Amino acid sequence: MRRSRAGLAAVLPLLWLSVFFALPFLLVAKLSLSDTVLAIPPYAPRLDWSQGLAGLRAFLDGLDGETYARLTRDRLYLDAYLSSLRLAALGSGMLLMIGYPIAYGISRCPVAIRQALVMAVILPFWTSFLIRIYAWIAILKPAGVLNTALHTLGLPPVDILNTETAVLLGLVYAYLPFMVLPLYAVLDRQDESLIEAAQDLGATPLAAFWRVTFPLSIPGAAAGVLLCFIPMAGEFVIPDLLGGSETLMLGRVIWTEFFANRDWPAASAVAIVLLATLIIPILLFERQQAKVMS
Amino acid sequence: MRRGPSAFNIASIALGLTFLYAPIVILVAYSFNASRLVTVWGGFSTRWYAALFKDSQMLDAIWVTLRVGVVSATFATVLGTLAAVALARGGFRGRTLFAGGIYATLVMPEVILGLALLLLFVGAGLPRGFWTVTLSHTTLTLAYATVIIQARLGSVDRSLAEAAQDLGCPPWKAFVLVTLPMIAPAVAAAWMLAFTLSLDDLVIASFTSGPGATTLPMRIYSQVRLGVSPEINAVSTLLIGLVATGVIGAYLFLQRRARVADSGAA
Repeated sequence: MRRSRAGLAAVLPLLWLSVFFALPFLLVAKLSLSDTVLAIPPYAPRLDWSQGLAGLRAFLDGLDGETYARLTRDRLYLDAYLSSLRLAALGSGMLLMIGYPIAYGISRCPVAIRQALVMAVILPFWTSFLIRIYAWIAILKPAGVLNTALHTLGLPPVDILNTETAVLLGLVYAYLPFMVLPLYAVLDRQDESLIEAAQDLGATPLAAFWRVTFPLSIPGAAAGVLLCFIPMAGEFVIPDLLGGSETLMLGRVIWTEFFANRDWPAASAVAIVLLATLIIPILLFERQQAKVMS
Repeated sequence: MRRGPSAFNIASIALGLTFLYAPIVILVAYSFNASRLVTVWGGFSTRWYAALFKDSQMLDAIWVTLRVGVVSATFATVLGTLAAVALARGGFRGRTLFAGGIYATLVMPEVILGLALLLLFVGAGLPRGFWTVTLSHTTLTLAYATVIIQARLGSVDRSLAEAAQDLGCPPWKAFVLVTLPMIAPAVAAAWMLAFTLSLDDLVIASFTSGPGATTLPMRIYSQVRLGVSPEINAVSTLLIGLVATGVIGAYLFLQRRARVADSGAA
Protein backbone atom coordinates (compact mmCIF):
# COMPACT_ATOMS: atom_id res chain seq x y z
CA MET A 1 0.00 0.00 0.00
CA ARG A 2 2.53 2.58 1.22
CA ARG A 3 5.11 1.20 -1.18
CA SER A 4 3.08 1.92 -4.26
CA ARG A 5 2.33 5.48 -3.15
CA ALA A 6 5.98 6.25 -2.54
CA GLY A 7 6.65 4.95 -6.03
CA LEU A 8 3.90 7.14 -7.44
CA ALA A 9 5.45 10.32 -6.04
CA ALA A 10 8.72 9.33 -7.68
CA VAL A 11 7.24 9.00 -11.19
CA LEU A 12 7.44 12.65 -12.20
CA PRO A 13 10.93 13.41 -10.82
CA LEU A 14 12.17 10.11 -12.21
CA LEU A 15 10.81 10.96 -15.64
CA TRP A 16 12.42 14.38 -15.42
CA LEU A 17 15.83 12.94 -14.50
CA SER A 18 15.59 10.37 -17.29
CA VAL A 19 14.88 12.98 -19.95
CA PHE A 20 17.06 15.84 -18.69
CA PHE A 21 19.88 13.96 -16.99
CA ALA A 22 20.32 10.35 -18.17
CA LEU A 23 19.42 10.85 -21.84
CA PRO A 24 21.72 13.86 -22.32
CA PHE A 25 24.67 11.82 -21.06
CA LEU A 26 23.97 9.13 -23.64
CA LEU A 27 24.02 11.89 -26.24
CA VAL A 28 27.41 13.12 -24.96
CA ALA A 29 28.76 9.57 -25.20
CA LYS A 30 27.39 9.23 -28.75
CA LEU A 31 28.79 12.55 -29.84
CA SER A 32 32.24 11.71 -28.50
CA LEU A 33 32.27 8.91 -31.11
CA SER A 34 31.22 11.23 -33.94
CA ASP A 35 33.34 13.37 -36.25
CA THR A 36 33.48 17.13 -36.69
CA VAL A 37 32.02 18.49 -39.91
CA LEU A 38 31.31 21.96 -41.21
CA ALA A 39 27.56 21.99 -40.77
CA ILE A 40 24.84 22.98 -38.33
CA PRO A 41 24.96 21.17 -35.94
CA PRO A 42 28.68 20.59 -36.55
CA TYR A 43 28.95 16.82 -36.25
CA ALA A 44 28.36 13.63 -38.24
CA PRO A 45 26.92 11.05 -38.55
CA ARG A 46 23.34 12.01 -37.77
CA LEU A 47 20.73 9.34 -37.34
CA ASP A 48 18.32 9.34 -40.27
CA TRP A 49 15.10 7.66 -39.16
CA SER A 50 13.47 7.93 -42.58
CA GLN A 51 15.93 5.31 -43.89
CA GLY A 52 14.76 2.82 -41.28
CA LEU A 53 17.17 0.04 -40.34
CA ALA A 54 19.61 0.98 -43.10
CA GLY A 55 19.80 4.48 -41.65
CA LEU A 56 20.59 3.05 -38.22
CA ARG A 57 23.32 0.83 -39.67
CA ALA A 58 24.87 3.72 -41.58
CA PHE A 59 24.75 5.76 -38.38
CA LEU A 60 26.43 3.07 -36.29
CA ASP A 61 29.11 2.56 -38.97
CA GLY A 62 29.88 6.27 -38.80
CA LEU A 63 30.79 6.12 -35.09
CA ASP A 64 34.44 5.60 -34.21
CA GLY A 65 37.02 6.32 -31.54
CA GLU A 66 38.91 8.81 -33.72
CA THR A 67 38.20 11.74 -31.38
CA TYR A 68 39.70 9.86 -28.41
CA ALA A 69 42.75 8.96 -30.50
CA ARG A 70 43.07 12.65 -31.31
CA LEU A 71 43.01 13.50 -27.57
CA THR A 72 45.91 11.15 -26.87
CA ARG A 73 48.01 12.64 -29.67
CA ASP A 74 47.89 16.17 -28.28
CA ARG A 75 49.89 16.94 -25.10
CA LEU A 76 47.49 19.76 -24.27
CA TYR A 77 44.73 17.40 -23.20
CA LEU A 78 46.97 15.29 -21.00
CA ASP A 79 48.41 18.41 -19.37
CA ALA A 80 44.94 19.82 -18.73
CA TYR A 81 43.82 16.49 -17.29
CA LEU A 82 46.76 16.24 -14.92
CA SER A 83 46.56 19.85 -13.79
CA SER A 84 42.79 19.55 -13.14
CA LEU A 85 43.38 16.61 -10.82
CA ARG A 86 46.42 18.21 -9.21
CA LEU A 87 44.65 21.52 -8.50
CA ALA A 88 41.52 19.78 -7.22
CA ALA A 89 43.65 17.60 -4.90
CA LEU A 90 45.76 20.54 -3.69
CA GLY A 91 42.62 22.61 -3.20
CA SER A 92 40.92 19.85 -1.20
CA GLY A 93 43.98 19.51 1.04
CA MET A 94 44.15 23.25 1.67
CA LEU A 95 40.41 23.42 2.29
CA LEU A 96 40.73 20.68 4.88
CA MET A 97 43.53 22.51 6.67
CA ILE A 98 41.71 25.85 6.63
CA GLY A 99 38.16 24.53 7.10
CA TYR A 100 38.90 22.22 10.01
CA PRO A 101 39.96 24.89 12.56
CA ILE A 102 36.93 27.00 11.57
CA ALA A 103 34.46 24.13 11.94
CA TYR A 104 36.10 23.03 15.19
CA GLY A 105 36.06 26.58 16.54
CA ILE A 106 32.34 26.96 15.78
CA SER A 107 31.53 23.65 17.46
CA ARG A 108 33.25 24.91 20.64
CA CYS A 109 31.16 28.08 20.81
CA PRO A 110 28.08 28.56 23.02
CA VAL A 111 24.85 27.26 21.46
CA ALA A 112 23.38 30.74 21.12
CA ILE A 113 25.99 32.01 18.67
CA ARG A 114 26.79 28.68 16.98
CA GLN A 115 23.70 28.98 14.77
CA ALA A 116 24.58 32.53 13.75
CA LEU A 117 28.17 31.51 12.92
CA VAL A 118 26.98 28.62 10.74
CA MET A 119 24.69 31.06 9.00
CA ALA A 120 27.63 33.44 8.48
CA VAL A 121 29.62 30.65 6.82
CA ILE A 122 26.72 29.66 4.52
CA LEU A 123 25.70 33.19 3.52
CA PRO A 124 28.53 33.79 0.99
CA PHE A 125 27.48 30.57 -0.74
CA TRP A 126 24.10 32.18 -1.42
CA THR A 127 25.66 35.22 -3.04
CA SER A 128 26.78 34.91 -6.62
CA PHE A 129 29.75 32.67 -7.28
CA LEU A 130 30.73 34.65 -10.37
CA ILE A 131 30.63 37.92 -8.46
CA ARG A 132 32.74 36.60 -5.61
CA ILE A 133 35.41 35.42 -8.06
CA TYR A 134 35.19 38.74 -9.88
CA ALA A 135 35.86 40.48 -6.56
CA TRP A 136 39.23 38.72 -6.40
CA ILE A 137 40.34 40.17 -9.73
CA ALA A 138 40.17 43.67 -8.27
CA ILE A 139 42.10 42.48 -5.21
CA LEU A 140 44.85 40.56 -7.00
CA LYS A 141 45.53 42.60 -10.11
CA PRO A 142 48.94 44.33 -10.31
CA ALA A 143 47.65 47.73 -9.11
CA GLY A 144 44.89 46.11 -7.08
CA VAL A 145 43.76 46.31 -3.48
CA LEU A 146 46.29 43.76 -2.20
CA ASN A 147 49.30 45.47 -3.73
CA THR A 148 48.12 48.89 -2.59
CA ALA A 149 47.89 47.51 0.95
CA LEU A 150 51.33 45.88 0.68
CA HIS A 151 52.80 49.12 -0.65
CA THR A 152 51.36 51.08 2.28
CA LEU A 153 52.99 48.60 4.65
CA GLY A 154 56.29 49.01 2.81
CA LEU A 155 56.27 45.44 1.52
CA PRO A 156 57.19 44.35 -2.02
CA PRO A 157 54.26 43.84 -4.42
CA VAL A 158 53.10 40.38 -5.50
CA ASP A 159 51.92 39.57 -8.99
CA ILE A 160 49.72 36.51 -8.73
CA LEU A 161 46.69 37.26 -10.90
CA ASN A 162 46.66 34.92 -13.91
CA THR A 163 48.76 32.31 -12.13
CA GLU A 164 48.02 28.94 -10.61
CA THR A 165 48.34 30.47 -7.13
CA ALA A 166 45.37 32.72 -7.89
CA VAL A 167 43.36 29.73 -9.14
CA LEU A 168 44.09 27.82 -5.92
CA LEU A 169 43.15 30.85 -3.85
CA GLY A 170 39.87 31.14 -5.78
CA LEU A 171 39.09 27.43 -5.36
CA VAL A 172 39.71 27.57 -1.60
CA TYR A 173 37.65 30.74 -1.29
CA ALA A 174 34.68 29.51 -3.29
CA TYR A 175 34.46 26.04 -1.77
CA LEU A 176 35.22 26.84 1.88
CA PRO A 177 31.54 26.67 3.01
CA PHE A 178 31.25 23.19 1.42
CA MET A 179 34.15 22.01 3.57
CA VAL A 180 33.19 23.70 6.83
CA LEU A 181 29.57 22.49 6.90
CA PRO A 182 30.06 18.69 6.78
CA LEU A 183 32.98 19.00 9.23
CA TYR A 184 30.89 21.09 11.59
CA ALA A 185 28.02 18.59 11.32
CA VAL A 186 30.15 15.72 12.67
CA LEU A 187 32.03 17.83 15.23
CA ASP A 188 28.81 19.27 16.61
CA ARG A 189 27.27 15.83 17.10
CA GLN A 190 30.25 14.55 19.00
CA ASP A 191 29.68 13.35 22.52
CA GLU A 192 31.58 15.66 24.85
CA SER A 193 31.81 12.99 27.54
CA LEU A 194 34.26 11.05 25.34
CA ILE A 195 36.76 13.91 25.64
CA GLU A 196 36.13 14.18 29.35
CA ALA A 197 36.69 10.46 29.74
CA ALA A 198 39.97 10.71 27.81
CA GLN A 199 41.10 13.58 30.01
CA ASP A 200 40.03 11.82 33.19
CA LEU A 201 42.25 8.97 32.09
CA GLY A 202 45.17 11.37 31.89
CA ALA A 203 45.19 12.48 28.23
CA THR A 204 46.34 16.05 27.59
CA PRO A 205 43.78 18.17 25.68
CA LEU A 206 45.94 17.87 22.55
CA ALA A 207 46.21 14.09 22.90
CA ALA A 208 42.47 13.85 23.50
CA PHE A 209 41.89 15.83 20.31
CA TRP A 210 44.21 13.69 18.17
CA ARG A 211 43.06 10.37 19.55
CA VAL A 212 39.33 10.99 20.04
CA THR A 213 37.94 14.08 18.30
CA PHE A 214 39.93 13.85 15.09
CA PRO A 215 39.37 10.15 14.28
CA LEU A 216 35.63 10.59 14.94
CA SER A 217 35.48 13.52 12.53
CA ILE A 218 36.97 11.63 9.58
CA PRO A 219 33.55 10.89 7.97
CA GLY A 220 32.85 14.63 7.89
CA ALA A 221 36.27 15.31 6.40
CA ALA A 222 35.66 12.66 3.74
CA ALA A 223 32.27 14.16 2.88
CA GLY A 224 33.80 17.63 2.62
CA VAL A 225 36.68 16.45 0.41
CA LEU A 226 34.34 14.62 -1.97
CA LEU A 227 31.88 17.50 -2.07
CA CYS A 228 34.69 19.88 -3.05
CA PHE A 229 36.98 17.69 -5.15
CA ILE A 230 34.40 16.61 -7.74
CA PRO A 231 33.15 20.03 -8.88
CA MET A 232 36.62 21.60 -8.48
CA ALA A 233 38.09 19.14 -10.98
CA GLY A 234 35.59 20.35 -13.57
CA GLU A 235 35.68 24.01 -12.55
CA PHE A 236 35.46 26.57 -15.35
CA VAL A 237 34.82 30.07 -13.94
CA ILE A 238 37.76 30.15 -11.49
CA PRO A 239 40.57 29.06 -13.86
CA ASP A 240 39.07 31.21 -16.60
CA LEU A 241 38.92 34.44 -14.60
CA LEU A 242 41.85 34.05 -12.19
CA GLY A 243 44.19 31.74 -14.12
CA GLY A 244 46.47 32.71 -16.96
CA SER A 245 46.55 31.05 -20.34
CA GLU A 246 48.94 28.43 -18.96
CA THR A 247 46.49 27.22 -16.30
CA LEU A 248 44.59 24.59 -18.25
CA MET A 249 41.80 22.70 -16.58
CA LEU A 250 39.41 20.28 -18.24
CA GLY A 251 36.34 22.43 -17.62
CA ARG A 252 38.03 25.22 -19.51
CA VAL A 253 39.11 22.87 -22.32
CA ILE A 254 35.50 21.69 -22.78
CA TRP A 255 34.34 25.30 -22.91
CA THR A 256 37.00 26.32 -25.46
CA GLU A 257 36.47 23.27 -27.68
CA PHE A 258 32.78 23.97 -27.70
CA PHE A 259 32.53 27.75 -27.98
CA ALA A 260 35.79 28.81 -29.63
CA ASN A 261 36.71 25.81 -31.78
CA ARG A 262 33.16 24.55 -32.43
CA ASP A 263 34.58 21.06 -32.02
CA TRP A 264 31.61 19.37 -30.35
CA PRO A 265 32.97 15.81 -30.56
CA ALA A 266 36.21 16.85 -28.82
CA ALA A 267 34.27 18.71 -26.10
CA SER A 268 32.14 15.58 -25.59
CA ALA A 269 35.12 13.24 -25.49
CA VAL A 270 36.85 15.43 -22.87
CA ALA A 271 33.60 15.49 -20.87
CA ILE A 272 33.42 11.68 -21.01
CA VAL A 273 37.04 11.35 -19.86
CA LEU A 274 36.41 13.75 -16.96
CA LEU A 275 33.23 11.91 -16.03
CA ALA A 276 34.99 8.54 -16.13
CA THR A 277 37.64 9.92 -13.77
CA LEU A 278 35.10 11.39 -11.39
CA ILE A 279 32.76 8.39 -11.35
CA ILE A 280 34.56 6.73 -8.43
CA PRO A 281 34.46 9.81 -6.16
CA ILE A 282 30.83 10.39 -7.24
CA LEU A 283 29.86 6.83 -6.27
CA LEU A 284 31.68 7.22 -2.94
CA PHE A 285 29.81 10.46 -2.32
CA GLU A 286 26.47 8.83 -3.11
CA ARG A 287 27.13 5.93 -0.75
CA GLN A 288 27.98 8.36 2.00
CA GLN A 289 24.92 10.52 1.38
CA ALA A 290 22.69 7.45 1.35
CA LYS A 291 24.12 6.48 4.74
CA VAL A 292 23.59 9.94 6.19
CA MET A 293 20.06 10.18 4.86
CA SER A 294 18.86 6.76 6.01
CA MET B 1 29.00 20.61 29.58
CA ARG B 2 30.87 22.02 26.63
CA ARG B 3 34.18 23.78 27.14
CA GLY B 4 34.19 27.33 25.86
CA PRO B 5 36.15 28.33 22.76
CA SER B 6 39.88 28.88 23.21
CA ALA B 7 41.77 31.86 21.84
CA PHE B 8 42.86 29.65 18.94
CA ASN B 9 39.22 28.75 18.19
CA ILE B 10 38.18 32.40 18.17
CA ALA B 11 41.14 33.38 15.98
CA SER B 12 40.30 30.63 13.45
CA ILE B 13 36.69 31.76 13.22
CA ALA B 14 37.66 35.42 12.92
CA LEU B 15 40.25 34.76 10.21
CA GLY B 16 37.88 32.45 8.35
CA LEU B 17 35.05 34.96 8.31
CA THR B 18 37.42 37.78 7.29
CA PHE B 19 38.62 35.67 4.37
CA LEU B 20 35.02 34.94 3.34
CA TYR B 21 33.71 38.47 3.66
CA ALA B 22 36.60 40.84 2.86
CA PRO B 23 36.30 40.46 -0.95
CA ILE B 24 32.56 41.08 -0.77
CA VAL B 25 33.00 44.16 1.43
CA ILE B 26 35.68 45.56 -0.91
CA LEU B 27 33.46 44.95 -3.93
CA VAL B 28 30.50 46.72 -2.34
CA ALA B 29 32.65 49.64 -1.16
CA TYR B 30 34.10 50.28 -4.61
CA SER B 31 30.65 50.28 -6.20
CA PHE B 32 30.24 53.68 -4.49
CA ASN B 33 33.58 54.98 -5.74
CA ALA B 34 33.41 58.10 -7.88
CA SER B 35 36.62 57.16 -9.68
CA ARG B 36 36.65 54.63 -12.49
CA LEU B 37 39.91 53.19 -11.16
CA VAL B 38 39.22 50.35 -8.83
CA THR B 39 42.04 51.14 -6.40
CA VAL B 40 41.80 54.91 -6.22
CA TRP B 41 39.14 56.24 -3.91
CA GLY B 42 37.64 59.26 -5.63
CA GLY B 43 34.93 60.02 -3.09
CA PHE B 44 31.42 58.67 -2.55
CA SER B 45 29.16 58.53 -5.57
CA THR B 46 26.17 56.64 -6.88
CA ARG B 47 26.98 57.39 -10.52
CA TRP B 48 27.53 53.71 -11.38
CA TYR B 49 24.05 52.89 -10.18
CA ALA B 50 22.67 55.66 -12.35
CA ALA B 51 24.65 54.30 -15.31
CA LEU B 52 23.29 50.85 -14.57
CA PHE B 53 19.67 51.94 -14.81
CA LYS B 54 20.36 53.48 -18.22
CA ASP B 55 22.01 50.32 -19.53
CA SER B 56 19.13 48.64 -21.35
CA GLN B 57 21.11 45.48 -22.16
CA MET B 58 21.84 45.01 -18.48
CA LEU B 59 18.21 45.63 -17.52
CA ASP B 60 17.03 43.11 -20.15
CA ALA B 61 19.46 40.56 -18.73
CA ILE B 62 18.16 41.17 -15.19
CA TRP B 63 14.58 40.68 -16.37
CA VAL B 64 15.40 37.41 -18.19
CA THR B 65 17.30 36.14 -15.16
CA LEU B 66 14.47 36.87 -12.74
CA ARG B 67 11.91 35.14 -14.99
CA VAL B 68 14.11 32.08 -15.46
CA GLY B 69 14.75 32.00 -11.71
CA VAL B 70 11.10 32.17 -10.66
CA VAL B 71 9.85 29.59 -13.17
CA SER B 72 12.71 27.11 -12.73
CA ALA B 73 12.68 27.40 -8.92
CA THR B 74 8.95 26.68 -8.89
CA PHE B 75 9.35 23.62 -11.14
CA ALA B 76 12.32 22.41 -9.11
CA THR B 77 10.48 22.83 -5.80
CA VAL B 78 7.42 20.88 -6.97
CA LEU B 79 9.56 18.08 -8.41
CA GLY B 80 11.90 18.21 -5.41
CA THR B 81 8.98 17.86 -2.97
CA LEU B 82 7.71 14.81 -4.86
CA ALA B 83 11.20 13.31 -4.98
CA ALA B 84 11.74 13.98 -1.27
CA VAL B 85 8.43 12.33 -0.36
CA ALA B 86 9.36 9.30 -2.45
CA LEU B 87 12.83 9.07 -0.91
CA ALA B 88 11.61 9.61 2.66
CA ARG B 89 8.92 6.92 2.40
CA GLY B 90 11.37 4.72 0.54
CA GLY B 91 11.04 1.06 -0.22
CA PHE B 92 10.10 1.21 -3.90
CA ARG B 93 11.99 -0.53 -6.61
CA GLY B 94 14.75 1.56 -8.15
CA ARG B 95 15.07 3.80 -5.07
CA THR B 96 18.86 3.43 -4.98
CA LEU B 97 19.14 4.37 -8.63
CA PHE B 98 16.77 7.29 -8.11
CA ALA B 99 18.72 8.59 -5.10
CA GLY B 100 21.92 8.08 -7.09
CA GLY B 101 20.58 10.25 -9.91
CA ILE B 102 19.67 13.00 -7.43
CA TYR B 103 23.07 13.04 -5.72
CA ALA B 104 24.90 12.84 -9.05
CA THR B 105 23.31 16.10 -10.27
CA LEU B 106 24.40 17.68 -6.97
CA VAL B 107 28.12 17.27 -7.66
CA MET B 108 28.19 17.05 -11.47
CA PRO B 109 30.58 19.67 -12.91
CA GLU B 110 28.44 22.34 -14.54
CA VAL B 111 30.38 22.27 -17.80
CA ILE B 112 29.43 18.62 -18.33
CA LEU B 113 25.76 19.13 -17.42
CA GLY B 114 25.55 22.20 -19.66
CA LEU B 115 27.07 20.41 -22.64
CA ALA B 116 24.85 17.36 -22.11
CA LEU B 117 21.67 19.43 -21.94
CA LEU B 118 22.63 21.44 -24.99
CA LEU B 119 23.09 18.24 -27.01
CA LEU B 120 19.64 17.13 -25.88
CA PHE B 121 18.03 20.36 -27.08
CA VAL B 122 19.91 20.27 -30.38
CA GLY B 123 18.96 16.62 -30.84
CA ALA B 124 15.31 17.36 -30.11
CA GLY B 125 15.37 20.36 -32.45
CA LEU B 126 14.26 22.78 -29.72
CA PRO B 127 15.16 26.40 -30.43
CA ARG B 128 17.43 27.69 -27.67
CA GLY B 129 16.12 30.50 -25.49
CA PHE B 130 14.16 31.19 -22.35
CA TRP B 131 12.62 27.73 -22.05
CA THR B 132 15.78 25.73 -22.64
CA VAL B 133 17.58 27.70 -19.89
CA THR B 134 14.59 27.29 -17.58
CA LEU B 135 14.39 23.51 -18.11
CA SER B 136 18.15 23.23 -17.57
CA HIS B 137 18.05 25.24 -14.37
CA THR B 138 15.21 23.08 -13.09
CA THR B 139 17.43 20.05 -13.61
CA LEU B 140 20.37 21.76 -11.89
CA THR B 141 18.41 22.88 -8.80
CA LEU B 142 16.07 19.90 -8.43
CA ALA B 143 18.61 17.94 -6.39
CA TYR B 144 19.25 20.81 -3.95
CA ALA B 145 15.50 21.24 -3.39
CA THR B 146 15.12 17.49 -2.80
CA VAL B 147 17.92 17.33 -0.23
CA ILE B 148 16.57 20.28 1.80
CA ILE B 149 12.98 19.02 1.85
CA GLN B 150 14.01 15.44 2.53
CA ALA B 151 16.01 16.52 5.59
CA ARG B 152 12.88 18.20 7.01
CA LEU B 153 10.56 15.31 6.11
CA GLY B 154 12.82 13.00 8.09
CA SER B 155 12.03 14.88 11.31
CA VAL B 156 8.27 15.21 10.71
CA ASP B 157 5.95 13.00 12.73
CA ARG B 158 4.43 10.68 10.15
CA SER B 159 1.70 9.42 12.45
CA LEU B 160 -0.31 12.63 11.98
CA ALA B 161 -0.74 12.06 8.25
CA GLU B 162 -1.48 8.41 8.94
CA ALA B 163 -4.13 9.41 11.47
CA ALA B 164 -5.75 11.64 8.84
CA GLN B 165 -5.80 8.72 6.43
CA ASP B 166 -7.23 6.39 9.05
CA LEU B 167 -10.04 8.92 9.44
CA GLY B 168 -10.79 8.58 5.73
CA CYS B 169 -8.70 11.33 4.21
CA PRO B 170 -7.29 10.41 0.76
CA PRO B 171 -3.45 10.26 0.71
CA TRP B 172 -2.94 13.35 -1.47
CA LYS B 173 -5.29 15.37 0.73
CA ALA B 174 -3.55 14.19 3.90
CA PHE B 175 -0.30 15.34 2.31
CA VAL B 176 -1.63 18.78 1.38
CA LEU B 177 -3.51 19.41 4.64
CA VAL B 178 -1.20 17.77 7.19
CA THR B 179 2.32 17.12 5.91
CA LEU B 180 2.77 20.15 3.66
CA PRO B 181 2.11 22.77 6.38
CA MET B 182 4.67 21.01 8.58
CA ILE B 183 7.38 21.05 5.91
CA ALA B 184 6.45 24.51 4.57
CA PRO B 185 9.61 26.26 5.90
CA ALA B 186 11.80 23.68 4.15
CA VAL B 187 9.79 24.05 0.93
CA ALA B 188 10.26 27.82 1.12
CA ALA B 189 13.99 27.41 1.79
CA ALA B 190 14.24 24.98 -1.14
CA TRP B 191 12.56 27.48 -3.45
CA MET B 192 14.88 30.27 -2.35
CA LEU B 193 17.99 28.17 -2.81
CA ALA B 194 16.81 27.02 -6.25
CA PHE B 195 16.07 30.64 -7.17
CA THR B 196 19.49 31.93 -6.07
CA LEU B 197 21.32 29.07 -7.79
CA SER B 198 19.48 29.89 -11.01
CA LEU B 199 20.25 33.59 -10.56
CA ASP B 200 23.91 32.71 -10.18
CA ASP B 201 24.51 30.20 -12.93
CA LEU B 202 26.79 31.19 -15.78
CA VAL B 203 27.98 27.93 -17.28
CA ILE B 204 24.75 26.04 -17.90
CA ALA B 205 23.00 29.20 -19.11
CA SER B 206 25.82 29.90 -21.58
CA PHE B 207 25.45 26.45 -23.12
CA THR B 208 21.66 26.31 -23.26
CA SER B 209 20.68 29.92 -23.92
CA GLY B 210 19.99 31.42 -27.31
CA PRO B 211 19.56 34.83 -28.86
CA GLY B 212 17.36 37.15 -26.80
CA ALA B 213 17.79 35.15 -23.62
CA THR B 214 21.09 36.50 -22.26
CA THR B 215 21.05 36.11 -18.49
CA LEU B 216 22.67 38.50 -16.02
CA PRO B 217 25.66 36.24 -15.23
CA MET B 218 26.32 35.87 -18.99
CA ARG B 219 26.22 39.64 -19.34
CA ILE B 220 28.48 40.15 -16.32
CA TYR B 221 30.90 37.53 -17.60
CA SER B 222 31.23 39.14 -21.02
CA GLN B 223 31.95 42.50 -19.33
CA VAL B 224 34.37 41.06 -16.79
CA ARG B 225 36.43 39.59 -19.61
CA LEU B 226 37.00 43.17 -20.76
CA GLY B 227 38.23 44.19 -17.30
CA VAL B 228 37.00 45.31 -13.91
CA SER B 229 34.34 48.01 -14.14
CA PRO B 230 32.52 49.90 -11.36
CA GLU B 231 29.19 49.26 -13.07
CA ILE B 232 29.66 45.53 -12.52
CA ASN B 233 30.38 46.32 -8.87
CA ALA B 234 27.09 48.22 -8.72
CA VAL B 235 24.99 45.42 -10.22
CA SER B 236 26.81 42.90 -8.00
CA THR B 237 26.04 44.98 -4.92
CA LEU B 238 22.35 45.08 -5.82
CA LEU B 239 22.34 41.31 -6.32
CA ILE B 240 24.17 40.68 -3.03
CA GLY B 241 21.80 43.04 -1.22
CA LEU B 242 18.75 41.29 -2.67
CA VAL B 243 19.93 37.80 -1.77
CA ALA B 244 21.26 38.78 1.68
CA THR B 245 17.99 40.50 2.59
CA GLY B 246 15.99 37.48 1.44
CA VAL B 247 18.15 34.90 3.21
CA ILE B 248 18.58 36.80 6.48
CA GLY B 249 14.88 37.71 6.49
CA ALA B 250 13.87 34.08 5.97
CA TYR B 251 16.33 32.99 8.68
CA LEU B 252 14.97 35.44 11.27
CA PHE B 253 11.39 34.55 10.34
CA LEU B 254 12.07 30.83 10.80
CA GLN B 255 13.86 31.47 14.11
CA ARG B 256 10.87 33.37 15.44
CA ARG B 257 8.49 30.69 14.24
CA ALA B 258 10.63 28.04 15.91
CA ARG B 259 10.61 30.02 19.18
CA VAL B 260 6.82 30.46 18.98
CA ALA B 261 6.46 26.72 18.31
CA ASP B 262 8.75 25.92 21.25
CA SER B 263 6.89 28.13 23.70
CA GLY B 264 3.59 26.74 22.37
CA ALA B 265 4.79 23.21 23.08
CA ALA B 266 6.06 24.04 26.56
